Amino acid sequence: MKKLRRKVYFVAGYNTISMGSGRKEFHPKKERPGLEDYIREAGQGTLKMIGGAQNVDECVIGNFMASRFNRQANLAAFFPYIDEGLRYKPAIRVEGACGTGGLALMSGIKSILAETAEVVLAIGFEVQNTVKAIYCADFLAPAGWAHDRKDGHAYFFPGQFSERAGAYFEKFGREITRKGFARWYRNAIENARLCETAQEYHNTIKDLEAAAMAEPNPKVFLENLTALDCSKVSDGASAIAIMSEEGLKRCGIPVSDAVEVVGYGQVEEDITKPPPDKTALTTMKKAVSNALEFAGITIDQVSTAEIHDCFTIAGIMAVEALGLAEHGKGPEYVIAGNTARDGKFPINTTGGLIGWGHPTGGTGVHMAVTLWEQLKGKAGAAQVNIPNDRPFGLMANMGGDDKTLVAIVFKR
Amino acid sequence: MTYEERLQHVSVLGAAGKMGSGILLLTAVEMADLSLKPGNKGKTFVLNAIDISDEALAGVMRYLRDQILKIAEKKVAGLRTVYAERRDLVDNDEIISQYIFDVMNVVRPTTRMESAYDSKMIFEAIKEDSALKIKIFSQINRNNSNQPWFFTNTSSIPITVLDEGAGLNGRIIGFHFYNPPAVQKLVEVIRSKNTLDEVHEFAMAYAKNLRKIVVPAHDIAGFIGNGHFMRDILYAVTEVHKLIKDMSVAEAIYAMNKITQEYLVRPMGIFQLIDYVGVDVCSFIMFVMNPFTKDEEIHSPLLDKLMGLGIKGGQFSDGSQKDGIMKYEKGKIVAVYDPVEEAYIPISRIQARVEEKLGKMPAPPAWKAIVGNKAKDEVLKPYFAEVKTAPGLGAGLTREYAKKSKEIGKHLVACGVAFSDADVNTVLLTGFFHAYGPINEYLD
Repeated sequence: MKKLRRKVYFVAGYNTISMGSGRKEFHPKKERPGLEDYIREAGQGTLKMIGGAQNVDECVIGNFMASRFNRQANLAAFFPYIDEGLRYKPAIRVEGACGTGGLALMSGIKSILAETAEVVLAIGFEVQNTVKAIYCADFLAPAGWAHDRKDGHAYFFPGQFSERAGAYFEKFGREITRKGFARWYRNAIENARLCETAQEYHNTIKDLEAAAMAEPNPKVFLENLTALDCSKVSDGASAIAIMSEEGLKRCGIPVSDAVEVVGYGQVEEDITKPPPDKTALTTMKKAVSNALEFAGITIDQVSTAEIHDCFTIAGIMAVEALGLAEHGKGPEYVIAGNTARDGKFPINTTGGLIGWGHPTGGTGVHMAVTLWEQLKGKAGAAQVNIPNDRPFGLMANMGGDDKTLVAIVFKR
Repeated sequence: MTYEERLQHVSVLGAAGKMGSGILLLTAVEMADLSLKPGNKGKTFVLNAIDISDEALAGVMRYLRDQILKIAEKKVAGLRTVYAERRDLVDNDEIISQYIFDVMNVVRPTTRMESAYDSKMIFEAIKEDSALKIKIFSQINRNNSNQPWFFTNTSSIPITVLDEGAGLNGRIIGFHFYNPPAVQKLVEVIRSKNTLDEVHEFAMAYAKNLRKIVVPAHDIAGFIGNGHFMRDILYAVTEVHKLIKDMSVAEAIYAMNKITQEYLVRPMGIFQLIDYVGVDVCSFIMFVMNPFTKDEEIHSPLLDKLMGLGIKGGQFSDGSQKDGIMKYEKGKIVAVYDPVEEAYIPISRIQARVEEKLGKMPAPPAWKAIVGNKAKDEVLKPYFAEVKTAPGLGAGLTREYAKKSKEIGKHLVACGVAFSDADVNTVLLTGFFHAYGPINEYLD
């Protein structure tokens, strides 16, 4: 167990809608809000809860690939667009593929710890529906090693995780693993249906598991995964305030409204190397164990987690990386209902990347917002039970194929 | 000459037309795919897009680019393998752009028919006029030393007439695409009396590579598709004539269109389909077919009259429907033309009266809901069982129309146009997007 040199709190989380296929109001050919609208909505949402821009010392924005999706860089300069009160304040942009949001949070935490700020406004976003999925695959591919791109699948990342799924099938059985995927999908959608901002909020499929058990078709998509095994292509932004005790006081927010950061694990793996074991998320395991050790707790004391299920197979392997199930037993653990909202260990309670959506650079921040809501009883219809003897929530945000990892433990 | 060699130099006549542009697209893609095979490096593939209008050819090049983009986006996974050796092409976007270039690079747009003199094969999709086709085929055949093969897209002229008229000695075959060729899966293949076996074999291989469903038809004017469609029109017109004893012409047209669409569960009513194809085109097809059909008059004075009044239908270049027998707003029927009043009558003025006349009808399933439905029989059987016994004018018209449609199908088999009942049904299912074949037992 380590002790932070001073206390760090998260408060005032805000999510925009995760927009994209699945939402009734989404139409690929109709004009939609731009990245500036998403950034502003999320930023203003949080500022409103913390007494305005004058209370903010520093800002951090996480985004993966606006340079290609939106032909936009220099993103820190959008803070003054959110609120004139942020003009001339220090701000930075961070990037770590789909782990970007987690890095934005870490950057904010470090500013608090470094005592350069008492209040940090952290935002993460991505606006991806500017291109068709086939080009989206191009824009997301740099999350992996560029040298592998040429010989990779047209849908590069789905292709890599399809390979992982294939390896997992071979080692632990295809049928049971696919059943695990199907249950994972069902949980994701059932949770999303309870969260108004979720991309799958309007999902009306009756038998979710049966839909998810449809056979993959490599002629159309992938060898081992179907579209339902994949996270969404999303436009969305999330924001949260990171504060010291001093910061909370300044904003007039009682400590009881905030969650406390009690541990984190931020680790990187070599992007130029293939995963040491295709059937395991070894880097996520390291990040999570670092975070739990830092907090001085075990996974048994955690009541809920937000984990990076960019694909169902990633969700299954993440369950194992968290230590909830042994290697190879993830599918059984999920099938038994343990990770459902009424299960022993509810995971991704507003739908995760598959149900809520995956605006890549925003996902890590969205995880923190959801945990803040759940631990503070602010999750509305999506609220799960947080037992008194397990007052901790855990997030694990992943960039690339298990390369950039941020795990954070929050305490109610 | 191998399949590949034959496809190294090709011309499409009428390349800027609705059918020609589709044939051009499919052939360009097939030729480019051949050119990209590792063994064909360095070989040239030339596809002349021949038409009379430079302006239309410019439009066709834009159409090609848009369509090839869509095709490339769909098959990008396969294209990544095709371009695996091209290490400079990494993103899907780069691969797609290269493919568009490679396909477009095969095509040579031109207004000069002489370009076809070097071709080994000619696709023809010009006006449905046998004298014109014979004239052009003869001219190319005379000036071309390659003994070229002719693939005609005629939908109605007997192939033997073209073969003998142009002196092609069997180097011709009917290869009838459906509109639009890039989308419709069906191709009717028709041999003339003398069509060479190798021409037929090539046609089958080409159709297979284009993933088309081939239905063979005998060389009798109109073949299966128009053989059914034109007779279907004539029957609808006969019914209109009966109905106008008690209705206006516009009301009768509206009634028959409603019967044939909603109650026969078809994608379009018969008069809407005439508009889609074009009143002029339908009238012309009948004109072409009529001399070849004995004991039967394939001719509609009503269509002639409409033509005389300037009612033509057809489509705008963007594919939207022009006004014809009916008036359309955003693809929906809003009025029906009355040749007596010489004016469009708004639907709102005739709808209620027509529906009252037709009487209470069994509720039909929606065409959209059953066209791709594997269990459609379970929906259609009980529906037609109800139609069979339902009282009222509308139910009667539906029954008689369905029976007539079946009779026409049976006639096509009996008089030797189609090889089988199944072939007739395939043409209507795939070429006309019907939800069920006309030869069925629903009303027996």
